[in-house]
Amino acid sequence: MTVFNTPSLQYGALLPILTVFIGAVIGVLVETFVKPTMRRFVHSLLTPAVLLVALFQVIANRETVTTTAAIGSVVIDGPVIIAQGILLLLSLLALLFVLDVDSFAPEASALPGSEEEKRAIASGKQQTEIFPLMLFSISGMMLFPAASDLITLFVALEVLSLPLYLMAGLSRRRRLFSQESALKYFLLGAYSSAFFIFGAAFLYGYAGAITFPEIRNAVIESAGNDVILLIGIVFVSVGLLFKVGAVPFHAWTPDVYQGAPTPITGFMAAATKVAAFLATLRIFYTVVDGALWQWQPMLSAVAIITMAFGSIVAIAQRDVKRMLAYSSIAHAGFLLAGVVAFNKEGLESSLFYLFAYGVATLGAFGIVTLIRDGQGEVTDLNRWAGLGKKSPAMASLFALFLLAFAGIPLTSGFIGKFSIFSAAYQGGLQSLVIVGVLSSAVAAFFYIRVIVLMFFTDASDPSVSVTLPTRRSLIGVWSAAIVTVALGVLPTSTLRFITDLAIFAR
Amino acid sequence: MDISYYLYLSAILFTIGAVGVVIRRNAIVMFMCIELMLNAANLAFVTFARINGNLEGQMVAFFTMVVAACEVVVGLAIIVMIYRSRRSASVDDASLLRR
Repeated sequence: MTVFNTPSLQYGALLPILTVFIGAVIGVLVETFVKPTMRRFVHSLLTPAVLLVALFQVIANRETVTTTAAIGSVVIDGPVIIAQGILLLLSLLALLFVLDVDSFAPEASALPGSEEEKRAIASGKQQTEIFPLMLFSISGMMLFPAASDLITLFVALEVLSLPLYLMAGLSRRRRLFSQESALKYFLLGAYSSAFFIFGAAFLYGYAGAITFPEIRNAVIESAGNDVILLIGIVFVSVGLLFKVGAVPFHAWTPDVYQGAPTPITGFMAAATKVAAFLATLRIFYTVVDGALWQWQPMLSAVAIITMAFGSIVAIAQRDVKRMLAYSSIAHAGFLLAGVVAFNKEGLESSLFYLFAYGVATLGAFGIVTLIRDGQGEVTDLNRWAGLGKKSPAMASLFALFLLAFAGIPLTSGFIGKFSIFSAAYQGGLQSLVIVGVLSSAVAAFFYIRVIVLMFFTDASDPSVSVTLPTRRSLIGVWSAAIVTVALGVLPTSTLRFITDLAIFAR
Repeated sequence: MDISYYLYLSAILFTIGAVGVVIRRNAIVMFMCIELMLNAANLAFVTFARINGNLEGQMVAFFTMVVAACEVVVGLAIIVMIYRSRRSASVDDASLLRR
């Protein structure tokens, strides 16, 4: 008689992911059973509570290292714990902005400009599905770096992406822009995930197994046909590089960043990068590390092009959100330098950089939500002229985040860039470091141009001003600023924490 | 019959889908091409399962179908939304963001 062993799922290790996922399901139930007028209030308590509980569970799990959770489909190790912690912190910060401003469509199904929409606006409705969608997306992001086989990786990729496609189309103002960005994001995202799954099929064909440890062994023993392995690596990389927004798979980034509701843009820019980069690091460090000589040149080329392209094209931008989008492309290039470095420093510096960049990005997009005229957010850079005189505090904070993006000392960006480039240098990639430093210099030019515009130009448009709907945005912006400065002035404890934990379990 | 023919067929289907997304301009047709690519991946998975002599590849094919169904739900919602506000599902008409 065959004995049926109950599979050991190790719920303890999976608990943070499950908490967020169950929270999202409860959020859907709230949408169904709670009166429309009460929904927003219930979500505003439920969503942060779920994220906080998950954060405490992650902290309680910090010593856990297991490669056999969910029968080997999920691996929980130091980098995953750090990534989940960063993701939850960033999501909590993003939630402050999501909760605050009336950025979301009153009724997404209503035609823009129709009677139905006017009625929905008049009744004070707001689309509250945004909160469960956000939680679903976060649970996918937390699973993505922890995936340890091809199925889990693919399902996590879709769970994190599908809600983002929808959220991109929910902007309250400029609805047509927003819908269009959702369409673009969806079509290109689905296109890249088709490449991803086709590549996964070839990795499976090469190794004869879908779990990462078995694929790794097959790659090290070079068990099969190298052409099949190469097709697999290239196509899987296409899917991952699309998610991180690296050139030549960046085409969606500026359009989606511009069209999506600004708090969601911030969330997307910060949190998606964390999840996607950690999964990229896991795949290249622990699955196909045996084929280093095949993928390293390819990824270095992508990193170099991404850094240079993002920095140079950002100069020509006239829209704040588009400028930040190109800056995020450049940052994806810097982060890829950490992946290509292929050493422990590369992993540690990437984690630190992702946290530093995510916080500064959320702060910057948070400020964009506050700069308004009578119609809504003002994203045209020329109309930001003279903001430093009207609202010195907000303009200075925005300047601080831009300096952090540029990597000026005493901000988190400097420590992040320095550690990434030293990791790449130790990895023997001098050319990458040179291009990286040069593109940082180019990038610094356009960040400083914005600062000059805000502080040393006369105000051109009196209707533009800083509006503060409630204190939440203010708390969000200030805490982002404090973290940015703290990571720049006293990075030691954070770096040490990351260094102690950041070891991939194989 | 040589089993690698299935791989060639899968590669051909994938290429037709990939090229279709690039050259067709109707969002629905582009989306159908993406579905074709996913099905090509499924065929590759099943063929490799046969070659490798285990069942994992066939299992993945089921997951891919489920994910493809979810993509249809989200994708058609977005495309219908665009169609209702513009009376067109052409991606060339949806070009406000292009400068």
